Amino acid sequence: MEEAQTHDPRACRARHLVRRSLLVAGQVAIGAFVSSAAESAWASDPVSPTNIFAPDSTPAHSIYRLSIFELEILGAIFVVVFSLLLYAVIRFRERKHEEASEPPQIYGSNQMELAWTVLPVLIVVVLFLSTAQVIHRVQDAREPEGTIEVTAVAHQFWWEYRYPQFGVVAANELHVPVSDPARPTPTYLHLLSADVDHSFWVPRLAGKTDLIPNHPNDMWIDPHETGLFLGQCAQYCGTQHAKMLLRVYVESREDFDRWVHTQQQQAAASPSAAGSALFVAKACFVCHTIRGTTSVGQAGPDLTHLMSRDTLGSGAVPNTPENLLKWVRNPDTFKPGTRMPASDVTDQELSQIVDYLMTLR
Amino acid sequence: MYEWLGTGDHKKIGLMYIVYALLFLVVMGVEAVLMRIQLTHANATFLSPELFNRLFTLHGTTGVFFVAMPILFGFGNYLVPLMIGARDMAYPRLNAFGFWMTAFGGLLLYASFFAGDSVAQAGIAPDVGWFAYAPLTATAFSPGHSTDYWNLSLLLAGVGSISGGANFVATILSMRCPGMTLGRMPLLAWMNLVMGGLVLVTISPLTAAQLMLMGDRYLGAHFFDTQAGGSVVMWMHFFWIFGHPEVYVLIIPCFAFISEIIPVFSRKAIFGYPAMVAATTSIGFVSLGVWAHHMFTVGMPSYGNAFFVLTTMVVAVPTGIKIFNWLATIWGGRIRFRTPMLFALGFLFQFLIGGLTGIMLATAPFDWQLGNSYFVVAHFHYVIVGGILFSIFAAFYYWFPKMTGRMLNETLGKWHFWILLIGFHLTFDSLHIPGLLGMPRRVYTYEAGRGWESWNMIASIGVIFQGVAVLIFVYNMIQSYVKGTPAGNDPWDAWTLEWATTSPPPEYNFATVPTVHSRRPLWDIKHPDDPDSKYE
Amino acid sequence: MSATGLNMTASTWQLPSRGKVGMICLIIAESAIFTIFVAAYVFYIGKSLNGPTPREVLRVPIVGTICLLSSSLTMHWAIARLRQGQMAAFRICWFLTLLLGAIFIGGTTLEWRHLIYQDGFTIQTNLFGTTYYSLVGLHASHVIVGLIGLTIVMILTLLGKVKREHSERCEVFSLYWHFVDAVWVVVFTTVYIVGR
Repeated sequence: MEEAQTHDPRACRARHLVRRSLLVAGQVAIGAFVSSAAESAWASDPVSPTNIFAPDSTPAHSIYRLSIFELEILGAIFVVVFSLLLYAVIRFRERKHEEASEPPQIYGSNQMELAWTVLPVLIVVVLFLSTAQVIHRVQDAREPEGTIEVTAVAHQFWWEYRYPQFGVVAANELHVPVSDPARPTPTYLHLLSADVDHSFWVPRLAGKTDLIPNHPNDMWIDPHETGLFLGQCAQYCGTQHAKMLLRVYVESREDFDRWVHTQQQQAAASPSAAGSALFVAKACFVCHTIRGTTSVGQAGPDLTHLMSRDTLGSGAVPNTPENLLKWVRNPDTFKPGTRMPASDVTDQELSQIVDYLMTLR
Repeated sequence: MYEWLGTGDHKKIGLMYIVYALLFLVVMGVEAVLMRIQLTHANATFLSPELFNRLFTLHGTTGVFFVAMPILFGFGNYLVPLMIGARDMAYPRLNAFGFWMTAFGGLLLYASFFAGDSVAQAGIAPDVGWFAYAPLTATAFSPGHSTDYWNLSLLLAGVGSISGGANFVATILSMRCPGMTLGRMPLLAWMNLVMGGLVLVTISPLTAAQLMLMGDRYLGAHFFDTQAGGSVVMWMHFFWIFGHPEVYVLIIPCFAFISEIIPVFSRKAIFGYPAMVAATTSIGFVSLGVWAHHMFTVGMPSYGNAFFVLTTMVVAVPTGIKIFNWLATIWGGRIRFRTPMLFALGFLFQFLIGGLTGIMLATAPFDWQLGNSYFVVAHFHYVIVGGILFSIFAAFYYWFPKMTGRMLNETLGKWHFWILLIGFHLTFDSLHIPGLLGMPRRVYTYEAGRGWESWNMIASIGVIFQGVAVLIFVYNMIQSYVKGTPAGNDPWDAWTLEWATTSPPPEYNFATVPTVHSRRPLWDIKHPDDPDSKYE
Repeated sequence: MSATGLNMTASTWQLPSRGKVGMICLIIAESAIFTIFVAAYVFYIGKSLNGPTPREVLRVPIVGTICLLSSSLTMHWAIARLRQGQMAAFRICWFLTLLLGAIFIGGTTLEWRHLIYQDGFTIQTNLFGTTYYSLVGLHASHVIVGLIGLTIVMILTLLGKVKREHSERCEVFSLYWHFVDAVWVVVFTTVYIVGR
């Protein structure tokens, strides 16, 4: 048999040494990646507010524990198999003197086949049973007394939140009370969609669950700490899927009750008559509700307490007067492809409308 | 030229499939580069959301249907008749038909680029994602024809694939040379047999679902119309009943390449041939029962989720068995680190990791976090690029001499391998992390301050390396085709029938149809004192 | 490559016929497509929000069914006669198969005309309409393809071009026809028995 190239033994050995050290370096580098990620995970917030390894709610905790357990098993499998591969690749490379002959031909071994079938099957059994347990614990959990019920309706590209227990309709910012593990007050979300598929994903609070038209779903969270938890839509839903952000405000019970009370109020009678008239004249009322007025549109977010929100466009930009102006003039400025059309207004009309909106606290 | 247009010769058709796929591989690469540029920084404005959404849709659709399937059909078509001692595939004209259907499908898909206002904004190319979930594909949410381009081009390509699959099955069952019982045919033949059979039951559900979608969009049907009480989850079920076995359709021929290359470059017979056959066949069957692991977040009841966790983990067992058998083949061998073997070893390493991240995703609760995030993107690119593409490169370096009569340059090959390895790992190791930190997929941009930016930047840098590697490969192919070292019949000292004829083979493949007595006919000839037939 | 020390001749090396294997592959792929349509049909039973129910508009196509299923029998006889070289009997049986298949399609046509024009029931009406027309229509289109094949062979037979040695090929075709009949059994059961 003709070899197309001849071997230079020293170059060959050098190449293999390089290869070996590169592989080891690679392994070390990968190890460094993984451990630094895990380490930063331990220090939750500093790395990322959406870190799945920084759970703060029972569903997220259950997932976290299962995933660490599994990572340990899979990590061990990787180390074993990779070491065998590395060893084989180094130990069994062809030496110069071996080129002319063939090694002993071994066709198989039934015992080995059995061994490396049975062992993986056992691992599968262990993993499956632990997984099934967590599935059941999260999906089949029963609602305790004192549960807050929220119906979340996903739209292209914003979130509607209804609190049937309180008669509150909000948008884009979900407020829930903190839950004491001793006496839990979780929030149960009933998930619906007004148009296409979406997915509710706030990693630190729970795994994601989809919102699918004609297919209601349920999920629950019981955050153990107050704070702002971030997430975003996790099922491609169209042009502005990327900016359909989630903000969950976990508050003390008092703060939550206060928020509910505010949201329950109708819009105060407005000193800005020009603005509220324009709100109707320019057809804003077709899509938006402002409770206490004649605007009862359902296609867009409820604006009764617009100024109680930190952001506009479901997290697209902070809720400042300047941004509000730009948004109302043309939402495509911040979120191109969003459903809200640009307004056909003069500058004066625009500032009057915005002045009116800014009274909606 | 007309010879190529009208040919039914499996070798020419194989080469056409391969060249077609390579062209689309470059297109895919360009799409990927554009997307990675956009994603390097938070809140970037390099690409508009509309354009980005079209790009990822095209990238995925092209990758599966117009790169991976054709290239694997190409190699299969070229090699299967040679390796089973036949003169051609069972149905040469059907073969040509299948190729041209696939080819037209790809052209139709990309015609959408030009069928709109602006070529730079990608015309009306589809933007619904490669799995085109309902009701995003309904006329209400997808007005105009972009979705129809997706639907029709894949219907065409699907017919081409089914034809190809049937051809593989018929060829392998009905055209083997005397003495080549099913237990003696090369693993490549076995794996293409399983792949062909799988194609028949995998592509057809997609065809059915696409006919339903066409009904909805054109005839006013209500298959996925929630207003009429229809179910969009049903689309998901039908799509993934296709979509999951499809990835096995893609990987099984790659297993075939590895199963041919590792033995030759370890100088040992494949370890556990019967186990490899059994494992591959069971993967084929079990893969039909795992599809809803793509739907863990959809709200199936807990026992439904648990069932699919079980089947998905079960399919990992025969997959692992194969990895162990390859490892055992290398063990005790005499490894020659030529370029095909380097790529094969890269495959082993990366497929192992991809398989392990797959098990993470199979664990439904873990998937509730990881699903639809960049972790999934990293996982499937690990298997598709790190697994499938690496094994395809291995196959190129191994069989290019047979197809062209010339060796690919070994030095360039090694540069290609190492640079690709570095680039691949820079990009796809990094992309796991944003997934773990909450970054969903299919986003044209993302917020700063979530810890995603640096990993995205590293991933984008890796793309540069991968691009360079592919350029080196293309240069190698062209240069070697023109003035590579002549290969002769059997440059690798291998053992299967394709190496018994000239490089390239004559149109009729073999002067006389061979008769075989073992799994490695050429080993028997080279080692008359110790033939395989004694041990099988 | 020679057959050293091996007592093997070309005639002892038997492989399945590629015609049969190819046709079976086609049948497998088509079965998968039909399975998906049947699954959709079954899933949507009783889920229509409005419009007519199966009981209200469907009349069981007994005659058509008997014809189609009998055509499998006549097809089987046709092949047997062809194998024996009994061309006249073959021609009659083949023609009967064609005729019975055509009656089936005629029956479906009449049924649909009644549904669409008399009952105002179309694919757009509701989920039942969607699944009914697509499933039955998919099957009918396969019957029509079969009829086209049957016609071509009928013409060739009348021109005297079909001989005994073509029995293998005709048998492969007959597999397709039997498949179409078997699918009708499933579709009939789903639509007219289970679904009503």
